[in-house]
Amino acid sequence: MTDEVILLDYWPSMFGMGTTKIALAEKGVAYEYKETDPRVKTSLLIETNPIHKKIPVLIHKGKQICEPLIQLEYIDEVWSDTYPILPSDPYQKAQARFWGAFIDKKFYDPSWKVWGTTGEEQVTAKKELLEHFKTLETELGDKTYYGGDVFGFVDIALMGYYSWFKAIEKFGEFSIEAEFPKLTQWTKRCLERDSVVNSLADSDKIVEYAYVLRRKLGAE
Amino acid sequence: MVTGDVKLIGSWASVFVMRARIALNLKSISYEFLQETYGTKSELLLKSNPVHKKIPVLIHDDKPVCESNIIVQYIDEAWSSYGLSILPSQPYDRAIARFWAAYVDDKWFIALRSILTARGEEEKKAAIAEVEERTDHLEKAFIECSNGKPFFNGDHIGYLDIALGSFLGWWKVVELDANHILLDETKTPSLFQWAERFCNDPDVKPLMPETTKLAEFARKLFPKPQA
Repeated sequence: MTDEVILLDYWPSMFGMGTTKIALAEKGVAYEYKETDPRVKTSLLIETNPIHKKIPVLIHKGKQICEPLIQLEYIDEVWSDTYPILPSDPYQKAQARFWGAFIDKKFYDPSWKVWGTTGEEQVTAKKELLEHFKTLETELGDKTYYGGDVFGFVDIALMGYYSWFKAIEKFGEFSIEAEFPKLTQWTKRCLERDSVVNSLADSDKIVEYAYVLRRKLGAE
Repeated sequence: MVTGDVKLIGSWASVFVMRARIALNLKSISYEFLQETYGTKSELLLKSNPVHKKIPVLIHDDKPVCESNIIVQYIDEAWSSYGLSILPSQPYDRAIARFWAAYVDDKWFIALRSILTARGEEEKKAAIAEVEERTDHLEKAFIECSNGKPFFNGDHIGYLDIALGSFLGWWKVVELDANHILLDETKTPSLFQWAERFCNDPDVKPLMPETTKLAEFARKLFPKPQA
């Protein structure tokens, strides 16, 4: 029943946008999607995420789960009979959680500053972001996916940011493909999956959206 | 029962290290504690946690696990047949525990620390107000999670108890520094009583640093600017 699972999300969101959608798609879970602009604090948003008032919010059988990576673990545990997102080995699981946390904590701030600010603030953010990309490129190495042979937790966490890569490259004036070839090949492999393609916003639309925001922020 | 070779790199004063040690105690796992010297980072630490270069690091049969909350979950899963479960069993309860543990680190702790780094009375007052507001959220979280039982996790200490409880030593130190009660028996009675139970738990008591010693260490870590 689709009304068992509801997802409140916002199409251009950078909060690992697509992370939760990709996971639900991988598991074949039907859900009702509610477009929710987090800047408009509707009663539904406040009621379901009173502490942070942020999206995405996953509602399952009337209970809300917040934060993309927590949602990922929840989805994996509830729909455990199909396509595991996390490995079963405790050590592999710990490694996946570590890299998920790295992406969750380190990516957001420099990412938005690269497209949303100018001058010294942007230069510092770009340097930091490039370092993080380098760390992720090294960690990927010659593996097919971050978890090895199987598309999983870390891949989903990072691909959640993919729609914004073009905007980050454009306003940051660098090329991910030129600097991080392994990561680029990995994104192409991920984009072969329906779950990913159907969950991500169009990169060009995001660039347009970023332009509008940059003007508002005074960066244009 | 063979637990394998277990080492923990850490420090007596670290909240995050304490989390790992409480979890190991709950599972009755013996381990070698490798105390880092304040101000330096050992070669083993740098090798085992090249990304963050921070403690704690758990090394189990030469394989390193980093980040305190990830280590606690690892301990629960690697030794799942030892002792009681640290995470709740139901997916929704696990999600709630993880949510509040993240809140403790990302929101509550940041506010607590800003009391120590506040410059001037105005900044300090604002930081205290923020901590009080966030502690109030945690009081409500306790009532919701514990469901009438003694701990966030129910009858026994669990993931969220460990996440917040490990701060109790520093909580007292910041209270002394701010000269202001931050865990109030009348404002947050459930948390107040939970704190006493947590500190008296046999798996926690030997690890909780002595307040005077920790306060002295805090003065080193957060030196006051010259007047």
